[in-house]
Amino acid sequence: MSDELDRVPDTEPVRDPGLPEHQYRPTDVDAAQDKRAERQISGMFAVAALLLVGFCVGYIMIDKDQTFLGWSAMNFTLGATLGGALLLMGVGIIQWAKKLMGDHEMVELRHPAGSTAEDRADTLKDLNDGINESGFGRRPMIRRTLFLSMGALALPSVILLRDMGPLPYGHKNTLWKKGMRVVNDVAGTPIKPSDLQVGQLVNAEPAIMYEKDKDGHPVIEGTELLQEKSKAAVIVVRMRPEDITPDKGRENWGVDGILCYSKICTHVGCPISLWEQQTHHLLCPCHQSTFDLADNGKVVFGPAHRPLPQLPLAVDADGYLIAVSDFTEVVGPSYPELARDQKRLDDKS
Amino acid sequence: MRKLSTRRRHPLAGIVVLLLALGVVGGVYSAVRFQPASAETASANDVKAGRNLFLVGCASCHGKNASGIETKRGGNYGPSLIGVGAAAVDFQVGTGRMPMAQSAPQAPAKDPEYTAEETRQLAAYIASLAPGPAIPDDEYTDISGKTVEQIREGGEFFRTNCTACHNSVGAGGALPGGKYAPKLDGVSAKHIAEAMITGPQQMPVFSDDVITPEDKSNIIAYIKQVQDQPNYGGMAGGGLGPVVDGLFTWIIGIGGLVIAAVWIGAHGARVKKK
Amino acid sequence: MSTIDESTNIEDTAFGKKAAGPVEWLDDRLGLAGASKRSHLLRKVFPEHWSFMLGEIALWSFVVLLLTGTFLTFWYQPSMAETTYNGSYTPLNGLEMSHAYASTLDISFDVRGGLLIRQIHHWAAALFVAAMIVHMLRVMFTGAYRKPREINWLIGIGLMVLGLVEGFAGYSLPDDLLSGTGLRFVDGLLRSIPIVGSYLEFFLFGGEFPGDVIIPRLYMAHILLIPALLLGLIGAHMLLLVYHKHTQWGGPGRTEKNVVGYPMLPVYAAKAGGFFFVVFGFTAIMGAVLQINPIWAYGPYNPSEVTAGSQPDWYMGFVEGAVRIMPNFESTFFNYTWSWNVFLPAAILPGLFLGVGVMWPFLEQWITGDKREHHLLERPRNAPFRTAFIVAAMTAYGVLWIGGGNDIIATKFHLSLNAITWFCRIGLFVLPVITFMITKRICIGLQRADANRILHGYETGVIERSPDGGFAERHAPLPVGSQFTLTNHDRLPALEAPPETDANGVAAPHGRKAKLRAKVRAFYYDGMIDKPTVEDVHHADEHLRDHDGHPVELGDEFQGVSETGVPRVH
Repeated sequence: MSDELDRVPDTEPVRDPGLPEHQYRPTDVDAAQDKRAERQISGMFAVAALLLVGFCVGYIMIDKDQTFLGWSAMNFTLGATLGGALLLMGVGIIQWAKKLMGDHEMVELRHPAGSTAEDRADTLKDLNDGINESGFGRRPMIRRTLFLSMGALALPSVILLRDMGPLPYGHKNTLWKKGMRVVNDVAGTPIKPSDLQVGQLVNAEPAIMYEKDKDGHPVIEGTELLQEKSKAAVIVVRMRPEDITPDKGRENWGVDGILCYSKICTHVGCPISLWEQQTHHLLCPCHQSTFDLADNGKVVFGPAHRPLPQLPLAVDADGYLIAVSDFTEVVGPSYPELARDQKRLDDKS
Repeated sequence: MRKLSTRRRHPLAGIVVLLLALGVVGGVYSAVRFQPASAETASANDVKAGRNLFLVGCASCHGKNASGIETKRGGNYGPSLIGVGAAAVDFQVGTGRMPMAQSAPQAPAKDPEYTAEETRQLAAYIASLAPGPAIPDDEYTDISGKTVEQIREGGEFFRTNCTACHNSVGAGGALPGGKYAPKLDGVSAKHIAEAMITGPQQMPVFSDDVITPEDKSNIIAYIKQVQDQPNYGGMAGGGLGPVVDGLFTWIIGIGGLVIAAVWIGAHGARVKKK
Repeated sequence: MSTIDESTNIEDTAFGKKAAGPVEWLDDRLGLAGASKRSHLLRKVFPEHWSFMLGEIALWSFVVLLLTGTFLTFWYQPSMAETTYNGSYTPLNGLEMSHAYASTLDISFDVRGGLLIRQIHHWAAALFVAAMIVHMLRVMFTGAYRKPREINWLIGIGLMVLGLVEGFAGYSLPDDLLSGTGLRFVDGLLRSIPIVGSYLEFFLFGGEFPGDVIIPRLYMAHILLIPALLLGLIGAHMLLLVYHKHTQWGGPGRTEKNVVGYPMLPVYAAKAGGFFFVVFGFTAIMGAVLQINPIWAYGPYNPSEVTAGSQPDWYMGFVEGAVRIMPNFESTFFNYTWSWNVFLPAAILPGLFLGVGVMWPFLEQWITGDKREHHLLERPRNAPFRTAFIVAAMTAYGVLWIGGGNDIIATKFHLSLNAITWFCRIGLFVLPVITFMITKRICIGLQRADANRILHGYETGVIERSPDGGFAERHAPLPVGSQFTLTNHDRLPALEAPPETDANGVAAPHGRKAKLRAKVRAFYYDGMIDKPTVEDVHHADEHLRDHDGHPVELGDEFQGVSETGVPRVH
């Protein structure tokens, strides 16, 4: 590939006239200008010092709750004094360099980045001397076993990471099961079908999240609660029954037009509740996947692939909404073993 | 209300609304305005005045009996208003969403076309047709004595039910096809409560049986408190989050510092001779 | 006035006399003077141009990040254990939240100056990545990555990637609703990685999302692992810069063999040092008046809550956009689920940008066959293909940005969310092609304009009337310095098709590869205007004399022209 750089020699149309003559700055030739610049620069440094004192005064004097222009007065004062001081110092130093410091450009010669042939030869000789004295080349057994042990060193460093987390166990049941009441998120109150009007949306959770044990502690709390919420959160919506087109087998999953879907997007798992009551579309605010809740949660737009899992609903003896079973589809974002887990779920039902 | 938006896209909607607006401004305004004002409660006079207003300003879309007008294709030109209640009228007319000025994916809030008195009369008329949600009273909107605890709980309800569309500081957000969740800044407590009760346009209903009136007032108290909070850190960029931060980074941050770099690298004034 | 006779040597000053002892003690042990002399460090020459200061913005932002970040660690608690908030911000009082979020609230409301430092830290982070990009664009547009600086280019790319990861880790630490939503996306991204996705998810999060270890782990990466790597790479970046000496723009007296500019001491020490204060001061002012990431407004993370306008910080915006506009492909092979809808835009596409960046210097070298060292920068117009290619890449990046902000754009400009998404889906492929073609044409037009200025001189503004009544504007030759600057670049190489057969008539080895290369090469140089030849300039010189054969006189007041051919007027 060394061929094609045969550019014609001596074809430069214009000869290098060399560095132009130095031109002076006003401050180099005019003593008044020079003095003025000096005063200007030291003025900046002096004001900077004052501002830094102002910073300390602000820190001590200003109350945390005070506001200024609708902003925190403390934040503004500290930031403005500190920032102003730093800016003045910076501008002053640069101005000093530009106006007063030496102004003659210097020329430094370049050298090729690579070493000379001589240097290379010398270094190679040193390297070879070292290698030969070590016997690295002559003793293959030592060499190979060394490489072996070095390679084996990777094993403990990898295996040590094993306890970073448990092995993935794929799809696990959510908190939903037969008879689990659907309760209003935050309030934890159970819901009757008559509570819901057509066009209503309820952000809901399984009742167990609000249950307490006999000591008055929540049954589920802390990290576990967050993990369960990220799978079991649901939305309950009510549509006119005639607007709903249930798939085969899902005809009885709703109660008088009340349907329940997973709140966790099947794309990357954002909680979705942007439900348009007139179009029955549900939009994810993160990546705009859109699901049609009147049509079994099918995807109508956006990057999500799988429909939103639907939770079959019924009414218990007290007239409250309950789940008939857990989700029959995997909730949340896809993962490599999803196809297998889904098949297992299908086989079960 | 439910199918209002589908009918709004009708090709004739714009013309109709324009005529409607002309009618309101020109003829009826004076005729109705000078009728003697009635007591606070809806009287028969209110209902009658409301019906007169309705026939002139609303019936062309919603039908003479407010039962809606069906299009030939079976859709709704203007939805039936029977049973929507006074709250829906007060919200739609009181925020200027109704009457619509033009065909659009969604009716935007604007200056109301009707006076408070006329709005009350319209509401009285619609409420007289069939029972529906009434205009919320102080139970919903009185947020004066809210405790820290109640406001915190209102915040939890707000983040669970509202922020997904309306944004965590109520700055609003996008919905499909040019629709949007409006911003909550400057919306009165009464209108927020009415919106939750009636579910205007694409917004779902949040009925009192699920989100109780007290919960609703807590939500409103939280919204008002968050919007009254100072922007502690300075100019807030409309509460729109990282997109605006990114704009500031590039325009103000990089813009300013590149100007500084140009200044540092500039050769400066020169004179001819020493 | 700084004149020689006023100068005093430091060793003669009172300070110098006092310091002499300790300095000698140090030099006896470290040999500083010798090392400094051998590397010419104190008077190292740096050429002057504004675009050479862009990398410094990134460098100084990084220093600001180290300083402010250290301050924040005094209060921040990287723990996901729950606590009840009881601080100054009343709307959240009594709420259960993680220590991470509560301590960030404390920094914002109960530590004096804490909010300021937090905001400076966040602005500096946003600027750090932005300045790296601007610096990288400068290096790319001017061909500064060419031999011998390829390794420094690669280090720069490493810095950029680390900067993105570092920024994202920091974004996640407050554990507010936005950062948790970001982590939820990371969880989805990890899951989408074919075959090993679930393992990565469980190992990183210590089990199912969100777990209770991700924030401590990210904290370690954010304050130790990545900053250490960044520091090391920045050191290497600077060392190589000093070793290679800075590139410079060509011009009279500025050649491939020298570097012309101001010495490190005092001018560049002052300019660069001053710039640090400017950057710090500027970010402090931004922290004072521009609110960034008001975590108190978002509330603590809860997997069943989200806010409209959930976005990553701007530097992740292109990934966010790609994920938003990606069609919903997902398939099942070999009993495994393959989530192309996440994996392609969030992992493969950034990898593609990165891969092109890594390969670019070598790819270009392969195309041009140019193995020489380059210390003079190339004007973007003189490398039309490269310039157009960068602009095309920037266009694609910009389309992805639009995609990433589609919801904000939809509400602010009253557009349909779905229409913007479709615009981006199509625009990602169409717009880069268009901007490539336009940019290339502009470059070639500028090359032609340069050649014209040399061959026909510049327009003096002097209008002459000829005896037969015609008007013409007198052209005068450019000053020789400007002529040199305009022609001080490589001539176009001869573009010959590779021989089909070698000298013995046998099919040439690697024939297919050579043919491909010839094609790419022809495309690379396609349409470029070569600079004038010696004869052209000779003819032009004659042409630019007046009727009597004298050079055009423009009077004493005329000051010549700037490098771009514009007359200088005083």
